[in-house]
Amino acid sequence: MNRRFSWFNATSITLGFAFLYIPILLLVIFSFNESKLVTVWAGWSTKWYGSLLENQALKDAAWVTIRVGLMSATVATVLGTLAAVTLVRMGRFPGRTLFSGMIFAPLVMPDVITGLSLLLVFVALGFDRGFWTISLAHITFTMCYAAVVVQARLQDFDKSIEEAAMDLGATPVSTFFQVTLPIIAPSVISAWLLSFTLSLDDLVIASFTTGPGATTLPMKIYSQVRLGVTPEINAISTILIGIVTVGVLSAAFITKRQSDRMERERRKAFGAAG
Amino acid sequence: MSAKANGLGRWYVIAAPYLWLLIFFLIPFFIVFKLSLSDVATAIPPYTPTFSWSEGIGKFISQLDFENYTFIFGDPLYVNAYLSSLKIALISTFLTLLVAYPMAYGMARAPKSWQPTLMMLVILPFWTSFLIRIYAWIAILKPEGFLSIFLIKLGIISEPLQIMNTTTAVYIGIVYSYLPFMILPLYASLEKINPSLLEAAQDLGSRPWRAFWQVTFPLSLPGVFAGCLLVFIPAVGEFVIPDLLGGSDTLMIGKTLWNEFFNNRDWPLASAVAVLLLLVLIIPIVIFQRQQEKVREAGR
Repeated sequence: MNRRFSWFNATSITLGFAFLYIPILLLVIFSFNESKLVTVWAGWSTKWYGSLLENQALKDAAWVTIRVGLMSATVATVLGTLAAVTLVRMGRFPGRTLFSGMIFAPLVMPDVITGLSLLLVFVALGFDRGFWTISLAHITFTMCYAAVVVQARLQDFDKSIEEAAMDLGATPVSTFFQVTLPIIAPSVISAWLLSFTLSLDDLVIASFTTGPGATTLPMKIYSQVRLGVTPEINAISTILIGIVTVGVLSAAFITKRQSDRMERERRKAFGAAG
Repeated sequence: MSAKANGLGRWYVIAAPYLWLLIFFLIPFFIVFKLSLSDVATAIPPYTPTFSWSEGIGKFISQLDFENYTFIFGDPLYVNAYLSSLKIALISTFLTLLVAYPMAYGMARAPKSWQPTLMMLVILPFWTSFLIRIYAWIAILKPEGFLSIFLIKLGIISEPLQIMNTTTAVYIGIVYSYLPFMILPLYASLEKINPSLLEAAQDLGSRPWRAFWQVTFPLSLPGVFAGCLLVFIPAVGEFVIPDLLGGSDTLMIGKTLWNEFFNNRDWPLASAVAVLLLLVLIIPIVIFQRQQEKVREAGR
């Protein structure tokens, strides 16, 4: 079907994207500003990036954030994939409604509630607050996003492929690793990336569940933002935006390449059969 | 693993995420509820009573009361914070819908080859830090910020705008941050509409505007509904946006909870605020979950 942009549609898309992107563009451009004033342009400079490198507290916070992100994204992806398999492939079992409720509710639950309730469970369990409690908290809310991403893919694909593998004598576990996992792999990668960026972004839940000694980058940025707008924050924000952009684009690229390949193979298979 | 995979293995797969969510998502709510019935104390942890086996459960329960709740209902500040959160969330959900609908509509009608790119452009800001995107608006909205400078140069205004630290800034912040959450479900439902339905309506003499209201809009309602829930529920408990963009007169319950917890160190009162917030949100959350289940069932 050959469609073209109508005048109305092109305008609404352009205005919408201008609204979404102009604030981010201004922030990025003014991170390269010579002046300390964030809204007055005084020539190009990368000096704010240089001053970031000398800020030890910021570097420590970045390191904590990356460790929490790697740790929680990995565990969340495993748990989220299991949860997706449970939702899509396990049929009915006792407590299923509660389970799906616990997967979907955290997606919309206000952060202040999630943060407070997780803190209280850590206190009740007698955990030392810090790196580990932030990681546990992040695993809990990001695994639900991971589950939703993976379940969308699981639903799409033809269950008869799995059944064929099992009819040919494969055990459920080897069917999962040799048939299911390769097919859902792009969604598992997306789930990991989404979990990682959500963990990287989180301010509220981390603030509740942290303890002395573990400050994450968003907490550091937040405490500085409250004092006012500075070019250093623009610089650190630009770096984070850059990382996320590269991550999202490569995830999209991986997904697209895989779906193109599957499409080609499908055509070939049908060609051979015909 | 299909439904054939019975036996022990099946239960291991279910048990891992199930137990995790029970321990770290469901049980915590009971602890929050219990704590909301406790009293604040200068101790570690900063509340009383703390449960000990030696004193027995009877004594423990006898020390719990609804004092925090009577305090919240007795103080208009808290009641107003709940009402004002609901109002701000409702208005900003509606504004988000107004901004998102034409965009999602345009995307769904765009040439097929463009659609993946447009989708990507909507998703990208959603992955970019929430905090950073709110921060970006401070530089725009403050009196000597980009918006004022721009409008003064154009000659539209002569005095700097006073938007920063007002409820208007909070509306802008919520619409901006939650826009992708509204666009994606809207786009999903608009894209599924068969264009021949519209052509049929037009062949039968319906004007485009009428065809839109009688054919397109009703068919997009599931997307409208999902998008509104995705924006409304988290917006009611929003903390970062009212804290950074709102003023001292912007009452929102997420901010109240945060202040009780971090500034006043009153964990029991913060818990009571959380319990009441959850009670307000439980119905929309259940509707949201039902709808997600329905989408999942339909996808089979």
